[in-house]
Amino acid sequence: MHSVQYHRPVTLDECLRLFDRFGKQARALAGGTDLLVQMRAGHCRNGAVVDVKHVPELNELRFGTSDGLTLGAAVPCYRIYGDATVSRAYPGLIDTVSMIGGTQIQGRASVGGNLCNAAPSADAVPALIALRAVCRIASVRGERELPVDQFCIAPGRNAMADNEVLVSLHVPPPPEHSGACYLRFIPRNEMDIAVAGAGVSVTLGNGTFRDGRVALASVAPTPLLVEKAGVALRGQPVEHEVIARAAAAAKAAARPITDMRGTAEYRKHLCEVLTRRALEKAVLRAGGTLA
Amino acid sequence: MQSIHVRSTINGQPAEFLCEPRQSLLEVLRDVLRLTGTKEGCNDGNCGACTVEMDGRIVPACLVLGAEAEGAEILTVEGIAKGSALHDLQSAFLTGAALQCGICTPGFIVASKALLDQNPNPSEDEIRLWLANNLCRCTGYDKIVRSVQATASLCREESST
Amino acid sequence: MTVAATDSETTGQDRKPGPAAANGYEPNMVLANQTFDIVGSRPVRHDGADKVTGRAVYGADVTLPGTLHGAILRSPHAHARILSIDTSRAEQMDGVHAVMTAGDLPDAGDKIVDVGEGDTPLAYVHGNVLAKDKVLYQGHAVAAVAASNAHVALEAASAINIEYDVLPCSLTAPDAMRPEAALLHDDLVTKELGEESNRRSNVAEHFRWTKGDVETGFARADTIVERSFDTATVHQGYIEPHTVTALWNHDGRLLLWCSTQGAFVVRDVVSTILDIPVSTVKVTPTEIGGGFGGKIPVYMEPVAALLSRKTGRPVKIVMSREEVFLGTGPTAGTHTRVKIGASADGKIQAMEAELAYEAGAYPGSFVVPGGMCVFAAYDCENVAVDGYDVVVNKPSCAAYRAPGSPQAAFAAEQVIDEVALRLGLDPVEFRLLNAAREGTRRADGPKFRRIGCVEVLEAVKNHPHYSAPLVGPNQGRGVAIGFWFNAGLESSCTLNVNTNGTVNLVEGSTDIGGTRTSIAMQAAEVLGISAQDILPEVVDTDSVGFTSVTGGSRTTFATGWAAHDAAQKVVDEMKTRAAMLWAVEPEQVEHSKGTYTANGSSATFQELAAQASRTGGPISASATVKPRGVGGSFAANIVDVEVDPETGKVDIVRFTAVQDVGKAVHPSYVEGQMQGGSVQGIGWALNEEYFMGEDGTMRNSTLLDYRMPTTLDLPMIDTCIVEVANPGHPFGVRGVGEANIVPPLPAVANAIHDAVGVRMQRLPMSPPAVWAALAKT
Repeated sequence: MHSVQYHRPVTLDECLRLFDRFGKQARALAGGTDLLVQMRAGHCRNGAVVDVKHVPELNELRFGTSDGLTLGAAVPCYRIYGDATVSRAYPGLIDTVSMIGGTQIQGRASVGGNLCNAAPSADAVPALIALRAVCRIASVRGERELPVDQFCIAPGRNAMADNEVLVSLHVPPPPEHSGACYLRFIPRNEMDIAVAGAGVSVTLGNGTFRDGRVALASVAPTPLLVEKAGVALRGQPVEHEVIARAAAAAKAAARPITDMRGTAEYRKHLCEVLTRRALEKAVLRAGGTLA
Repeated sequence: MQSIHVRSTINGQPAEFLCEPRQSLLEVLRDVLRLTGTKEGCNDGNCGACTVEMDGRIVPACLVLGAEAEGAEILTVEGIAKGSALHDLQSAFLTGAALQCGICTPGFIVASKALLDQNPNPSEDEIRLWLANNLCRCTGYDKIVRSVQATASLCREESST
Repeated sequence: MTVAATDSETTGQDRKPGPAAANGYEPNMVLANQTFDIVGSRPVRHDGADKVTGRAVYGADVTLPGTLHGAILRSPHAHARILSIDTSRAEQMDGVHAVMTAGDLPDAGDKIVDVGEGDTPLAYVHGNVLAKDKVLYQGHAVAAVAASNAHVALEAASAINIEYDVLPCSLTAPDAMRPEAALLHDDLVTKELGEESNRRSNVAEHFRWTKGDVETGFARADTIVERSFDTATVHQGYIEPHTVTALWNHDGRLLLWCSTQGAFVVRDVVSTILDIPVSTVKVTPTEIGGGFGGKIPVYMEPVAALLSRKTGRPVKIVMSREEVFLGTGPTAGTHTRVKIGASADGKIQAMEAELAYEAGAYPGSFVVPGGMCVFAAYDCENVAVDGYDVVVNKPSCAAYRAPGSPQAAFAAEQVIDEVALRLGLDPVEFRLLNAAREGTRRADGPKFRRIGCVEVLEAVKNHPHYSAPLVGPNQGRGVAIGFWFNAGLESSCTLNVNTNGTVNLVEGSTDIGGTRTSIAMQAAEVLGISAQDILPEVVDTDSVGFTSVTGGSRTTFATGWAAHDAAQKVVDEMKTRAAMLWAVEPEQVEHSKGTYTANGSSATFQELAAQASRTGGPISASATVKPRGVGGSFAANIVDVEVDPETGKVDIVRFTAVQDVGKAVHPSYVEGQMQGGSVQGIGWALNEEYFMGEDGTMRNSTLLDYRMPTTLDLPMIDTCIVEVANPGHPFGVRGVGEANIVPPLPAVANAIHDAVGVRMQRLPMSPPAVWAALAKT
């Protein structure tokens, strides 16, 4: 590992000033589960590691029925699934935070870090997209908001400027009769990178899908929101055939590569299977029944 | 390169050390503090051999910077036994033959202890899920899982009497 | 020796083969029904407390005062000529103390050496330590650095500039066997059927063993199945990376601390490579974090030694996980073809196998043991086995638990399964009908002495698992049997009796899984004292007689035997001491379970030990063995799988491992070996592989992407220990470490076939592979 500097800001202001000062050289350290691996691979030469865990805004975990969820960017996975209220409100998010890495990784890794790392395979991102989460991004110049589906722009690259910091994520309160689910496929049962993943959310009413969103992992350069799958659901009756159409749309939208984790053909196929299974589960969670 | 002065609590004792910013907690424990019970198997968080408890949560010490230990409470395998008496888990691993080469054992002991601390009555599935971040290449896990189960039932017996 | 070591397998003809039943098999059960006091019990292992408290010292835990840290620069290419090496920038870096390349090794010339695996050109041994003119695989070591700390060493290594001329690479045996394939070694001459040919190719050796006439046999067959198979390169996957600390002391001695399976092998190989007297080198084996065969070869020891000589300081090198994958020996990927014909009555008439194994960069793929094991479970008149040892641009192969046998069984046991199905026979009955037994001659020559093939198959047939109904859709059950012949080699042991009646046991076998205890138990049994009263210690190469590697399932068998013999000598000495006290002849003294009696006098072991000083001084005895009574081991599995037809994912639902171990000295650790071997076999079957790019670079060199089984991927592994005593060992021990990894590969494949009807001919049977196979049906 190359030499680095270590900084430990305790206020957001101090943190933003560090990012402003170091720019491209600054690397946020939350759980470190990606960062330390990258540093060992030779990245971050002469970098400034900024330990953001002690900034209160990045550590906030708050849920209100009207405000929804505020999830500090550095909050580790275990705190999220350890919160009974959050677990009840967002089972689709819980699916992801309880499957990222294993127990030890979940003791460190954060959803914010998972997002900032911008890996195509990031498990948390499709779930966040399905839940219409929004990023709160700050710099010394001010704050802005960006929907999660616009955050990742290429493998390993996100939409933030060098001096910006992801402060928190905001997830709207779950609508009534809604349900969400994230499923991924991995060859083992734990400790693996998604060969493909599907995050979905549905809102039901009068036997129809009032709303539906489908996002995919590991099948495009960035996590992929499949608009056509949502279109296939919205306004349609809650039945297997409709779900099958949405799943087919997901398969059609996927544009995976062939690599050590699977062939493109296999991954496209998995998108269909996972989208279908995730939608079925989300419908159950929404209190619906499938015809 | 400037060293960082870190104050933490390790195995219940105040510990101060100097480390480089790039040194991991694993390097600090092993190379600086000579607590070599915590093992390195992969250095990227995938084998669990370096599992330690940090502020009550198990973490891979290879993915923590030494500097992050400032103000933290760290528990390593060296801190599990109480005085000259082995922890029940350690005894169960011995009577249950839950180790062969033993290199993964410290990680399993620390991780299993954390599980039983928060869930004294885990099912086989809960044990397997909790320990999925700890690789063992020798035992096939059977005797490890059984030893954790045996410790749990022993603890329950002890607490009910 | 109390039990005479009978001759090796080949000449066990004094024992008559059991009469072959006309149209069936004979149950032939001779179990190890002799009971012992200590052998067969389950004491806590002697090194246990240290290993659960983190106190045990493994290789990387050794740090001497003033230690420098080494790093090795490795080739990024699978096959390339080294044009130039420029170390100047690295040498000038702050904190760098020494840099070295292959030029620092003594000249290998055209010497031929035997470093434990037969005659090998010394240049090959050198070449794998540091590449000289060419790199032959990605990860091939090229240069090394010693620096003030590991970070600086790594930075300095990456500052060494090497110019390469990249060459075309061959990654599989069929690929490397093409006439137009680029040659890895310009001087490699193919050994053809035992003769040196004049052909230069990537085939190091082609051998053929025959028995009877397969053409005649196949003509007699009513059903013939022939299939070809491929298996991927896999790694042993021990959790502890390789590590060494070297100190070239100022008195001229070279001191090495390393986690190795064989300290004496390290001593001998290092002294050969460095061209120094063997007595110069002292190797201290540390605790070892798994080996499975992969920690027999020498990689970094000579490098650390020379760096220490250059700097006058201790030098420690620890591999990263990626280096373990790239720079150490995995086991062979293979291409095999098996053809088996049987007559309608269920008798196998002919068996034919063609085995092409990847040796990696240097010859030695373990295709020979593969050929020895491929049909070992069957008594068939007509057998032909062809083997090809093929060099390819991958790391040089190392042993991996029953090396060579699992790949062969993957082919043979699937074809056996298919023949049984076609004949409408139960797969276990079919195997029993054709099972090898005492007197069966293998195609490679040896005739089996007493073996437990039939008993293992009987145990499978009678196991409740075998008759239990499957519990869900898309489930299937498979069985398979596998063989490993086990090894004897050489061992030494010394016992020193303490005046309080305890005994210090000194031995040289690296303890990877509780062998201190299984060895101590055998001494305790002879002495009639408790296992805990023996204090076993694994010591350095200066402090005990020569002892071969912990490998070949031999440690409990052979070093245990040496302990047994040393204990016998102690008993004899105790009789002499008692005779002195009681003024009788030593021959009059009787010994039973630790009590010595003569003419109404009686004394315990402890009492006699306490009087040692008055009866002639310290009591100590040593023994060495080179046993020839090696007994092979058969292992079988019953496995239930569930296949997700939509994703191709295979889950292991239930697993039973059966093995003939001869005598289980410590049944808990015997079960552990069976469970561990089974799970390595499951990993090999389902997900493990070196995933290579076309350029010969490995794409999954992490424990994230090289998918070894986790706790969550497995059920409990049920064990069934079969004990068919090995007549060649005092306690009937055969050795248990290896045969158990053989059957899981084909057993899982047979279960998948039973579940969803596809015959998987390629490993791993990963989800995409199973899905693709299902899509074709």
